[in-house]
Amino acid sequence: MCRIGCIKSLDPIHPAKALYLMLPQQKGHDNSGFAIVMTDLEGIFSKIKDKPMLSYSATLKGVRIVESYMKEKGFSKVFTWEPKTHSKVGQDFAKMPHYGFEAYDLPSGCEKCSPEERESLLLDVRLELRSILEQTDDGYVFSFWPDVLTIKEIGNPNHIGEFFGLWEEDDRIIGRNIMIQYRQNTNYDIVRYAAHPFFLQGYVLCANGENTFYVKNKEYQQSLHRGYLGFESDSQCFLYTLHYLHHELAWPLSYYKQVITPLPFEDLTNHPNKVVLNKIRESLAHLEINGPNTIIGMLPDNTLFTVCDSKKLRPVVVGTNGKMVAITSEVNGLNVIMPERNSEKDIYPNERETVIINDKLEIKRWKQQ
Amino acid sequence: METTVKINDLTENDLNWEITYDSQRCTRCGRCISTCTFYALEMKVEKRAYTVSEGPVPTPKRVFSTLPIVQQKSSLKNMCVGCGMCEKVCPNHAIRPVRNKDTREKLLNHAGGNTIKRGGRTNLSVERTLDSIKVGRISQMTDPSLDAIRHTFDIQSPFGRILGPDELPIKVEDDELKISGQMPPASWIYPIIFGDMSIGALSTRAWEAICIATAVLNEKYNIPIRMCSGEGGMPIKLMQSKYLKYVILQIASGHFGWNRIIKSMPDMIEDPAGILIKIGQGAKPGDGGLLMAAKVAKHIQEIRGVPKSDLLSPPNHQGLYSIEESVQKMFLSMNAAFKFKVPVAIKVAASSSSVSVYNNLLRDPYHIVGGFFMDGIQGGTGAANEVSLDHTGHPVVSKVRDAYLAAVKQGKQGRIPLWSGGGMGMTGDLAADAFKMICLGANGVFVGKILIQLLGCIGNDAGRCNQCNTGLCPTGICTQDYRLVQRLDVDKAAETLVNYMLSVDNEFRKLLAPIGNSTLPVGRSDALVSVDEAIANKLQIPYVC
Repeated sequence: MCRIGCIKSLDPIHPAKALYLMLPQQKGHDNSGFAIVMTDLEGIFSKIKDKPMLSYSATLKGVRIVESYMKEKGFSKVFTWEPKTHSKVGQDFAKMPHYGFEAYDLPSGCEKCSPEERESLLLDVRLELRSILEQTDDGYVFSFWPDVLTIKEIGNPNHIGEFFGLWEEDDRIIGRNIMIQYRQNTNYDIVRYAAHPFFLQGYVLCANGENTFYVKNKEYQQSLHRGYLGFESDSQCFLYTLHYLHHELAWPLSYYKQVITPLPFEDLTNHPNKVVLNKIRESLAHLEINGPNTIIGMLPDNTLFTVCDSKKLRPVVVGTNGKMVAITSEVNGLNVIMPERNSEKDIYPNERETVIINDKLEIKRWKQQ
Repeated sequence: METTVKINDLTENDLNWEITYDSQRCTRCGRCISTCTFYALEMKVEKRAYTVSEGPVPTPKRVFSTLPIVQQKSSLKNMCVGCGMCEKVCPNHAIRPVRNKDTREKLLNHAGGNTIKRGGRTNLSVERTLDSIKVGRISQMTDPSLDAIRHTFDIQSPFGRILGPDELPIKVEDDELKISGQMPPASWIYPIIFGDMSIGALSTRAWEAICIATAVLNEKYNIPIRMCSGEGGMPIKLMQSKYLKYVILQIASGHFGWNRIIKSMPDMIEDPAGILIKIGQGAKPGDGGLLMAAKVAKHIQEIRGVPKSDLLSPPNHQGLYSIEESVQKMFLSMNAAFKFKVPVAIKVAASSSSVSVYNNLLRDPYHIVGGFFMDGIQGGTGAANEVSLDHTGHPVVSKVRDAYLAAVKQGKQGRIPLWSGGGMGMTGDLAADAFKMICLGANGVFVGKILIQLLGCIGNDAGRCNQCNTGLCPTGICTQDYRLVQRLDVDKAAETLVNYMLSVDNEFRKLLAPIGNSTLPVGRSDALVSVDEAIANKLQIPYVC
């Protein structure tokens, strides 16, 4: 089982906090991958929050391909973070020659673009770069979005953290939201793109468990949007459904739960919204999931939430100390990063709940009924 | 003594069935003869020679006597069909039919140039694609299996036109979705529909037994099963009752019974569950409906509004020359007739061209086709030419898969629910057959033949009986002869049907639980594997051995 977690904090925090959240949750051979997505960045990123940042890893040839492509498209690089890496003998993971975190100015003329056009442009750039790099296997592009940083690697998560120097806290690489996964989905090929969290136009999501309706979801999503591709992990489907409902259809977040785990028919018999719920169930039957899953998601405005499948076969807990909220698979992670919190107030979401946390760390529990 | 053999004379060993008879066990009660609806038996006398001894010491002597016996008629008109009613009624196990594998009936039964006609289903296409498919994707670790007994399962499928999410007339109001316009009607029903067998094809009692079973399953066991009327109308009282909501009305090219349906509309207190427009039938594709005059009894004449004669539904709907036209005319008029509140679906015979038709309907911008029913070659019928039954048609399994994948390609899977029929449950494993079809992309299945087999029909796909067309059905199921109809105990027949469906419902859970799903896995082809490589390749599922 993947261990997943997310921390949302009033004050910016360092990724070490997220690593310590996950460390006690490690069990067995959890060495297949590591990924982290940070948003609402501060420290060295505080002056480029509005610039789209490209997170990628590549060969040296891949780096040249990226440089040349971005130049050709009219993007000008305004910032680069080159992490100080710490190679050690015995580090068990597949290193790429280069890890790029680069912020860009948009091409001239884009200042007149609508937000939708900008979103579309950033997505197209990421998809095209991914496609080009894939042709020669020269790199991976994880996100291209303002105020978002992504690191993904294959191997021992502790060693990956060590390599990037993420175990030692400082005030340079910090952000208010950090979503993390220790161990990627191992049921399919172990590839970088399969490591959660997944990213699409500001939406970030990680999940654990097995998506037993993967084939149904995938076959439907493939024709819904150009950004729904890859499917290296069955959990990517959860992100695409979130993006489709919230971004494309502009439905309220509560309908994410209504679509992926519809209420049983007998509960709908006398439901005041029976007609709507039936109609969306009919229409989006192929986006339903059947577990067992816990999903942690984040919207472009950094609203954080978690939902489970309708059978609640995966653990998840939400805890807070007033300054930060963390959602994670197992409570021992919370005990490490927030030992002082009142654990009696920890929330163990049930199978019909969506727990939503806003930037003020207000926790809202919405029950599907 | 030499006998001249007349080889063109018909004898018992030219027929499909030979009667095995033991005169020593027979008490001459005559029950077998009076029971045989085909008049295949008769009393005769035989000269017998035997030795007797009557005295206190052995005094054998040879005597001759004549003995009354039961004998099979050597006649094509009255040939034994193997129904086994004689065996059923014989108190002494003295008589039974035995299949004659050397039969010449197919060569000889063409008096006056007639074609062989019969009911049942194909007796040749015995390959069972579904039996080579297994539910091979078992949840064990990451996605644990469910408890089939304790878990809640949602076993329902949509019936009606489904709009895409971007087509739904929905708006956001106060963080809630609200309906802001009209939508095509759709309802969620059980994924098995009791298929379209008409009053006329079935006896009133058999039809009533299916109605009773439908009502009991809905009202007592909360299983939302629907039955289709077949082309032949309905009793007025049923149309004006609350139970109409469980019935899908069928309209076919003969429009039989529709006069009464239309006249009853003002008095209907419930809408029917749907309308099924029958274009074709898997058992005899390209052929119309047929109810032989022998079965057009007085009550059938009244229900259908016809005189006593062979009732032929044309092989096509007169006036419909294209899919677009049928959508405009027939579907629209049926939708309008019930004020756009009742789903209207279409039933076609599976064919090489089925996917093209399905694609065309998916593109219908008016969203009025609410279901695509595909009937395969292993479907049954009450009457057809044997050549049609045995040699025309298309297997339904790959065709449903093709149709589903065609919809996937367009991102329109589920918009027009796919229902498949034709041989579903023909080996008794209805839940497994339905489940596999659902994983391949069907939303549900419809069944016919298995229903009458549950009611008591003894016909099978190896040529037993299959006399549904003659009006002489020995079980009282496919006849209008009131004396034969009395043979069927309507309550017991309905009870058997209900019990079977309850077991199917339990078996569904036993199939859902191991793959870790609590709702129907429509299109979840990854749950299936096939032990036949060609089938696996065709259906795009893994081959295993």
